[in-house]
Amino acid sequence: MDISAVALIASLIVAATPILLAAIGELVVEKAGVLNLGVEGMMIIGAVVGFIAAVNTQSAFVGFVAGALAGGALSFLFAILTQYLLSNQVASGLALTLFGLGLAALLGHGYTGIKPPASPKMEFFGLSELPVLGPTVFHHDLMVYFSITLVAGVWAFLKFTRAGLVLRAVGENHDAAHALGYKVVRIRVAAILFGGACAGLGGAYLSLIRVPQWTEGMTAGAGWIALAIVVFASWKPWRIILGAYLFGGVTILQLNLQAIGVDIPVSYLSMAPYLVTIVVLVIMSADRARASLNAPASLGRIFHASN
Amino acid sequence: MIKLIPRNQPSKSMIALTPLIAVLLTMLVGGALFVALGKDPFAAIRMIFWDPLFGEHAFYYRGQILIKAAPLIIIALGLSFGFRAGIWNIGAEGQFIMGAICGGAVGLAAYPSDSWLLYPAMVLAGALGGMLWGLIPAFLKIRFNANEILVSLMLVYVAVNFLSGMVTGPLRNPDGFNFPESRAFQSFSAAHNPEIWAGTGIHIGVLVMLGLVVGCYVMLTRHIFGFNIRLAGQAPRAARFAGISPNRMIMICLGLSGALAGMAGLFEVTGPAGKLSTTFPLGYGFTAIIVAFLGRLHPVGIFLAGLLLAVTYVGGDIIQSQLSLPKASIQVFQGMLLFFLLAVDVLVMYRIQLLQRRVR
Repeated sequence: MDISAVALIASLIVAATPILLAAIGELVVEKAGVLNLGVEGMMIIGAVVGFIAAVNTQSAFVGFVAGALAGGALSFLFAILTQYLLSNQVASGLALTLFGLGLAALLGHGYTGIKPPASPKMEFFGLSELPVLGPTVFHHDLMVYFSITLVAGVWAFLKFTRAGLVLRAVGENHDAAHALGYKVVRIRVAAILFGGACAGLGGAYLSLIRVPQWTEGMTAGAGWIALAIVVFASWKPWRIILGAYLFGGVTILQLNLQAIGVDIPVSYLSMAPYLVTIVVLVIMSADRARASLNAPASLGRIFHASN
Repeated sequence: MIKLIPRNQPSKSMIALTPLIAVLLTMLVGGALFVALGKDPFAAIRMIFWDPLFGEHAFYYRGQILIKAAPLIIIALGLSFGFRAGIWNIGAEGQFIMGAICGGAVGLAAYPSDSWLLYPAMVLAGALGGMLWGLIPAFLKIRFNANEILVSLMLVYVAVNFLSGMVTGPLRNPDGFNFPESRAFQSFSAAHNPEIWAGTGIHIGVLVMLGLVVGCYVMLTRHIFGFNIRLAGQAPRAARFAGISPNRMIMICLGLSGALAGMAGLFEVTGPAGKLSTTFPLGYGFTAIIVAFLGRLHPVGIFLAGLLLAVTYVGGDIIQSQLSLPKASIQVFQGMLLFFLLAVDVLVMYRIQLLQRRVR
């Protein structure tokens, strides 16, 4: 068996989509000046709730909605902690991840080994029949196209709308934004909720389409990789796609190498996505001046309007 | 309406009180969770917090508490220095695993030696392995400005895969019918970390843990290093003017926490776990983060918090067997504990003022 490029690209897109969804959500959160390290927790909650909802209603669509809602609900806890109770964002994000992993395992107890309802693949009036472009570009499930649309939407929102400008202002300098009369806390809460919903959606994609079934701890660091991709993308929406597909590519390539039985033990191949994440982080952060130019200036800082 | 008024000084009484408030809140909400799962909340809370200490089988559980507390406290002590200085090592789980692999490999290589030097050499190798694993994010942070949170966490997954590579490859038990696990350390006493007094659960790691609690207390409150750490955390600019190099801080904090986590891993693998296998990682490295915060990053606090979390671990085993609840429910409990702690922590730096509506 050898590796066909067409099948490779088609499956890398599927592998990348959960990370893509989570990363674009986290990008908006970080643009608003909040560092939410709980992506992993929100993803796995989205995965398990989406899976349960989809299995019980036999509708993948309901599953995705439920996953997004669950991710949003969990992120609301983070919002309360960091925005109203002024907790440290790093610690709160970690708490969110630990809590989410536990809660997901508890909720998913008894849902292992079940098949979720299938999500139909899109057909584009014969375009899907094209020899190479068909399977790679025009023959995916709806969520793949939705994720790319979402990136475009976020890009347009941040670049062209007034609300997007306000959100960026809050992220760059929350004191100035506050002085101008913008509701810093409210805007950040909204951004956190959006990020949570996206992460939940990404998780649901993982359990409903990518794998597709529920296993404990199935995100296996995908949420953390999404965080790294935001850094990789230098907080620019379009580069999120590039980053996510790069990681999807590494994952799929590694899986394919396992399948054709290269002379490297499986365990070492499985390290590849994580090692690549580290390498990419190193490369993107090495230029200190540029890295600090791109990062939102108020990232991770606590805002409290004292009078 | 409620308003937060900043305090001039962090409240001393609140620093001590908030962990207790957090535990109480966790019991309350955890009880509600058990109701939602259709279990008797009072029985469940009693099983988690009371039975391990004073219940019918407490003579057995008390030893288990120390066994679980030792790695948690050792790791958390290391993490607390970095957390104080704003250096976030959240990959202790990976350093724990690497310590177990490196130290364990030294022991396995010497099989079937009976030299008394072997165990100290293994402890040293474990600490070194964990330290080197912790220094990777430190180096990448200093040299390339890479975020140590993400790098140290990614290295956890690398370590987990490395472990499975080791136990299916070089470190697999040659007499073990191809099971993915190493030789049991019990099989040669020089590499074994036994219970010193039968039934107490006290092994070498527990004694080292007690020593480390004292050592870290002295270091933090009496030594210039502890002062520098506190300075770097509370006033980074002042620390820089005082000539404290942030880069050295990063190296020391990550190296130290890695070394302690690695040592804990070695004690665990040669003692309670017994052998290297793919099921060896139990998440102590992550739970230790909760321990460090709950203990207020202070050695004595960490000691108490570690015991408490160990109690919940043992209690989790009890509810798992007696109420047939999944193992994960205790993880939810522990996560909740950190949540509530962070939430009530606001009371340390702020006081709450109830604004009364003015009556005309």
